Amino acid sequence: MAYTLKINGRSQTVDVDDDTPLLWVLRDVLGMMGTKFGCGMALCGACTVHLDGQPVRSCITTVDSVGTGEITTIEAIGRTPAGQRIQQAWIDLEVPQCGYCQSGQIMSAAALLAANPRPTDTDIDDAMSGNICRCGTYVRIREGIKRAAAGGSGRTGG
Amino acid sequence: MAQTAGNKAGEQVPTRRDIIRAGVGAGGALFVVFGIPSIAKVVQADAGATARPAPAPAPAPAAAAGPPFMPSGFVRIDPAGTVTLTMPQVEMGQGTYTSMPMLIAEELEVELSQVKLAAAPADDKLYGNPLIGFQVTGGSTSVRGFFKPLRVAGATAREMLIAGAAKTWGVDPASCRAEKGVVVHDASGRRAPYGELVATAAAVAVPTDVKLKDPKSFKLIGTSARRLDVADKTTGRAQFGIDVRLPGLLIATVAASPVIGGKLRSVDDTAAKAVKGVRQIVRLEDAVAVVADHMGAARKGLAALAIVWDEGANAKVGTADVVATLQAATTQSGVVAERKGDVDAAMAAAAKTVEAVYELPFLAHTTMEPMNCTVHLRKDACDLWVGSQVVSRARATAADVTGLPPERIAVHNHLLGGGFGRRLEIDFVTQAVQIAKQVDAPVKVVWSREEDIQHDIYRPYYVDRLKAGLDAGGRPSAFHHRVTGSSIMARWVPAYFKDGLDADAVDGAAGPYDFDNLLVDYVRREPPAGLLTGWWRGVGVTHNAFMVESFIDELAQAAGREPIDYRRALLARQPRARAVLDLVAEKAGWGAPMPKGRGRGVALLFGFGTYVAQVAEVDVSPKGEVRVSRVVCAVDCGITINPDTVRAQMEGGIVYGLTAALYGEITLKNGRVEQSNFDNYQALRINEVPAIEVHIVSSLEEPGGIGEPGTSGIAPALVNAIYAATGKRLRKLPIDGRQLAAT
Ligand code: FES
Ligand code: FES
Repeated sequence: MAYTLKINGRSQTVDVDDDTPLLWVLRDVLGMMGTKFGCGMALCGACTVHLDGQPVRSCITTVDSVGTGEITTIEAIGRTPAGQRIQQAWIDLEVPQCGYCQSGQIMSAAALLAANPRPTDTDIDDAMSGNICRCGTYVRIREGIKRAAAGGSGRTGG
Repeated sequence: MAQTAGNKAGEQVPTRRDIIRAGVGAGGALFVVFGIPSIAKVVQADAGATARPAPAPAPAPAAAAGPPFMPSGFVRIDPAGTVTLTMPQVEMGQGTYTSMPMLIAEELEVELSQVKLAAAPADDKLYGNPLIGFQVTGGSTSVRGFFKPLRVAGATAREMLIAGAAKTWGVDPASCRAEKGVVVHDASGRRAPYGELVATAAAVAVPTDVKLKDPKSFKLIGTSARRLDVADKTTGRAQFGIDVRLPGLLIATVAASPVIGGKLRSVDDTAAKAVKGVRQIVRLEDAVAVVADHMGAARKGLAALAIVWDEGANAKVGTADVVATLQAATTQSGVVAERKGDVDAAMAAAAKTVEAVYELPFLAHTTMEPMNCTVHLRKDACDLWVGSQVVSRARATAADVTGLPPERIAVHNHLLGGGFGRRLEIDFVTQAVQIAKQVDAPVKVVWSREEDIQHDIYRPYYVDRLKAGLDAGGRPSAFHHRVTGSSIMARWVPAYFKDGLDADAVDGAAGPYDFDNLLVDYVRREPPAGLLTGWWRGVGVTHNAFMVESFIDELAQAAGREPIDYRRALLARQPRARAVLDLVAEKAGWGAPMPKGRGRGVALLFGFGTYVAQVAEVDVSPKGEVRVSRVVCAVDCGITINPDTVRAQMEGGIVYGLTAALYGEITLKNGRVEQSNFDNYQALRINEVPAIEVHIVSSLEEPGGIGEPGTSGIAPALVNAIYAATGKRLRKLPIDGRQLAAT
């Protein structure tokens, strides 16, 4: 059936089964490829988007459960102050390797920072342990969140 | 694609601003060239692809037209001054899309910010890996193989541009120099940007003996130049194979026989066909695919199929069967890989002998991006969109399946969402083309994570037997390592499997040590038919480092010696190995006392042209829970192209190796892989990751590889640390905490 979703501040109408996961609506129906598929079972975090500012796994979030909630994806997270700071820190520290998990990492990190401007290591563990990175960029992810929390000291080096 | 106009930059990729060129190729398929606005331009397109004309260069100012200057397959400069570097090697996170351009730019005298990158098309002749012989990104060979060819390509282009300028100006080329994309004649103050020299440079004969810079005068190589792919990888714009969009594209997902080697008997697709969005059910000999408008419908359709499999010969196979075969085989003598002195005599004369058997499990790769391949097959041509470590092989399999000549097949390679050796295989490409043969539209075949884990091509199971004779001083006077496992080479490059010997399986089987009496032999045993084994980050070196470095620690203990001193005494002729060992000991604070339940372990290896030493610190709880708190890594990879990339690869490699050591194990039951997703095939998560310190030895030796050696040393460092903490020696991975619980 038809659903009208609010995505990154705009309304989009899609016609899919009610149990279709939001992930596939974003990627295959709307062509927004920034949100990634990693497991389909809420185990890896690659598909993380924000629903009313809360990080959710879009692979298990069915389209009929979204209602009038505001969806934010990686394509628009840079418009939020926390998202912008996280992205800048990611660039400064060159966090990504293959990059495939990083949309999800950034979405989780941005949600953390928006809710908790000064996260401790434990806060970071709690907020980020649902996001797998097979390239093993975790050391820099942690550093990146801390740098973003500290206000981001801007880009260093060439 | 229900997008409306007026998107802001950063939303709904691709934005208008990012499409610097889009069009329809001769084959009717859309090609789009994406730009990275921030740092450089990465072209995910088909430069020089053979099934259709190459895309035109990026739009140029109206005045600048004409053919580009292409002195080699790697460098193209168009009249507008756009420098496009074609990447022979693929980017899978290891930083090759920065290190390869650095090699060219160093000699070409351009800034990295001035270049655009293009993925090489399938072409073994132009883009073959010099160390392997065809197009392969693997074995940590990119910098080693291309260190010279890419600098030569840069220098050749530079010399031709200078010659062109000198001719135009009527001056001696020796009086001109190049900097930042401009040829300069200092005496007259004349300057010409490369773009203006395209026509004259193209008329210059290609020099055959260009002089390369002395490494001491490198300006770019050796710096932590910014990665060219990072900006797109933080905004969701980076394009992986799975992200391809095409008009009319359908999405398919697959179930292959859960019993390895089984075949499809029958399938009832009534319920699946009733799922909204499902278009078609495709039957292959050993799999079923559901083709749909979107992956949600394809997955729902797949779940609704009632499939009957013909389970075949492996229906009763379990891990124990494989292991029993290997264990029996370790007692038989194998093909000799290396022999020095007289091991038998030295063993007989030894004051003491030590023997141990170690086991490593089958491992899956679980690249973060599941296997996928998009195919558009027409009557007379075929396009593939994929992320592959073996582009020409991807083309070859498509040619095989379709019967089309290879030149009618274009491979559009993309960024890889992880490789780790999994994408050195083409099974998923073959399958996607087989599916596409039955679908009258472009189709993207995406595996579920379950499919990815249960139909991987696994790192071999190894059972190795090591035996040493110690002299009165405790030094190994005889060292014997018998490797037992399947051969990857025999399947993957049969030409490299000679006289029963798999050179990879025994790579590093004696460590970097000086042994007077040494025997390495190899017993090949293959798992049941259909269960394939393949490359996995660090391959032979990773497996052998676990065996050798565990055993050396056991020898040190048998000799009553301290592990680092013991190793150092075996490295009299190995100054680089000694240096990394000493460096890691110093940085790790080796020898400082540790509280009960904690321990430090070391491992040392030489692999891929690189020396690595690692110290792991662990904490083992009374319940046997292992926590790795700190890893210190010293690396000597010769000339370092980009130190920050080396650090990143060591960090990532350590996490990859730790994941395997703590959790990695694929097991079989009734012919089926028992693991299925990240709940039962776990990956290390951020809360489990140790502090990691990387120290790089500055060196002017030939460059070594860095993608794999970081992975190779961590498992032995870990078990050695566990031994130091608990006095318990684990000879099998993954770590079994139950064996460590205080009883
Ligand atoms: S794809 Fe949703 S959590 Fe893995
Ligand atoms: S960067 Fe590759 S999986 Fe995280």
